Amino acid sequence: MTVRTAAPEGHPFDEVLSGWLFREAETRELEADSFQNPGMLYVDLGAEIWNTVDGTMGKSCATCHDDAADTMKGIAANYPKWDADAKRPINIELQIDKCRVENMGAEAYKFDAADQKALTTYIKHQSLGTPVAVDLSQGELQTWWDRGKDIYYTRTGQLNFACASCHEANSGQRIRADHLSQGQANGFPTYRLKQANMVSLHNRFRGCIRDTRAEFPKAFSDELMALEVYVTWRGTGLSVETPAVRQ
Amino acid sequence: VTAASALADETAPQDVNFEDLAVMASLTGTPGDPVTGRDIFKDRKLGNCLACHTNADMQKELFHGTVGPAMDGAGDRWEPAQLRAIIADAKEVFGEQTVMPGFYSVNVGKDVREDLVGKTILTAQQIEDVVAYVATLKE
Ligand code: HEC
Ligand code: HEC
Ligand code: HEC
Repeated sequence: MTVRTAAPEGHPFDEVLSGWLFREAETRELEADSFQNPGMLYVDLGAEIWNTVDGTMGKSCATCHDDAADTMKGIAANYPKWDADAKRPINIELQIDKCRVENMGAEAYKFDAADQKALTTYIKHQSLGTPVAVDLSQGELQTWWDRGKDIYYTRTGQLNFACASCHEANSGQRIRADHLSQGQANGFPTYRLKQANMVSLHNRFRGCIRDTRAEFPKAFSDELMALEVYVTWRGTGLSVETPAVRQ
Repeated sequence: VTAASALADETAPQDVNFEDLAVMASLTGTPGDPVTGRDIFKDRKLGNCLACHTNADMQKELFHGTVGPAMDGAGDRWEPAQLRAIIADAKEVFGEQTVMPGFYSVNVGKDVREDLVGKTILTAQQIEDVVAYVATLKE
């Protein structure tokens, strides 16, 4: 597992660090032990959904993609990708919806539905250990990266913080009880001990924006997709850790 | 004194006069109360100053942040008029880059939560109370 690595060119840091390094020893151990990691329950749940027929076409994910351990291996480490049909970036959650709607005759999931989180966790887990690498040369992904970068440095809310105020200028510091990490995306969905549940990346984004006392954008909106492209790139080279465990 | 006349003496956030990194005039005309100021300093819903500053006077409180400098001796380092400027709008003193929020400022980030638009984090009197408290932190 790569939890620390040299940053890609143009990155504000010399080294990118996984959020794992900023957690207490017990939390780190819990993540690393696949028998104890509570997120593994959601991986199992995701495996079940993978094999369950749903929708009007009588298909399951496995009907087309067979054994995820082979067909999905390493795939999620390269997301978000460019979706040429929608002409916007696509993440794992949206790819699942695309297949459900177009290939199964099923409905898209509601944001943060338990099944959406479990299936996303399952697919990301098939890339456990694979280094994150977003290919910005696809479609207009570079433009979305630029936009995501703007958002990352824009201050929001009554408290007037940007993502960079906490995760760049003060990474490594304590803000009340929290040890500020670099705010990396490589562990998502993550199991949060405080909530005893899986937390999706867009849920985390919205939570951090809300904490600045700002209105927050919808999940999968252009703003948060741009942010996902940029924030994921900031973690280039870190291993996918899904399901990571956080406090 | 009625509420209306008390408010009449209050300086609106956009009218606060920052000069030489200080705000000389009280924002309310009513002296700050350091005891109330101490409560505001640690209350997570009010100042939440401990989120970023350690403070030896509050050893019993859990979790002191390290984003800003320790508060110990701040009352020696700064005059009350300077503390008023720092706490009302830290950007006027430390520059745009500081992460310390402006507690009596309407020069804030975008997309402010709807119910908070045009409102300051602390009231003018709460600023006076916190200034009075921090001024007591001497070494
Ligand atoms: C009827 C066939 C079919 C079914 C059923 C189906 N898919 Fe797909 N899936 C495809 C095809 C074809 C592609 C590639 C083209 C595309 O992106 O639409 C794809 C692409 C994907 C990808 C992206 C792979 C990559 O290389 O980036 C993922 C992830 C995925 N599917 C997950 C799922 C999941 C999860 C389900 C069940 C909820 C599912 N699929 C059901 C046909 C299917
Ligand atoms: C006021 C401080 C603050 C701001 C502003 C902030 N965050 Fe966070 N963020 C936190 C804290 C505290 C945590 C939990 C501890 C940690 O991992 O840093 C966190 C965690 C995260 C995580 C999870 C990291 C992990 O490894 O589990 C991500 C991703 C993240 N933030 C992204 C963002 C983005 C993107 C923005 C801007 C839209 C943002 N944050 C703004 C304080 C902040
Ligand atoms: C989100 C972080 C944050 C919060 C919350 C915060 N501050 Fe600060 N504060 C800072 C930083 C950072 C500095 C240092 C100035 C700089 O370099 O930007 C600072 C500087 C100061 C100073 C000058 C310190 C010295 O000794 O030179 C005082 C006094 C101060 N803050 C008081 C307060 C009070 C009172 C509150 C609450 C009402 C508060 N701060 C809330 C981050 C914060």
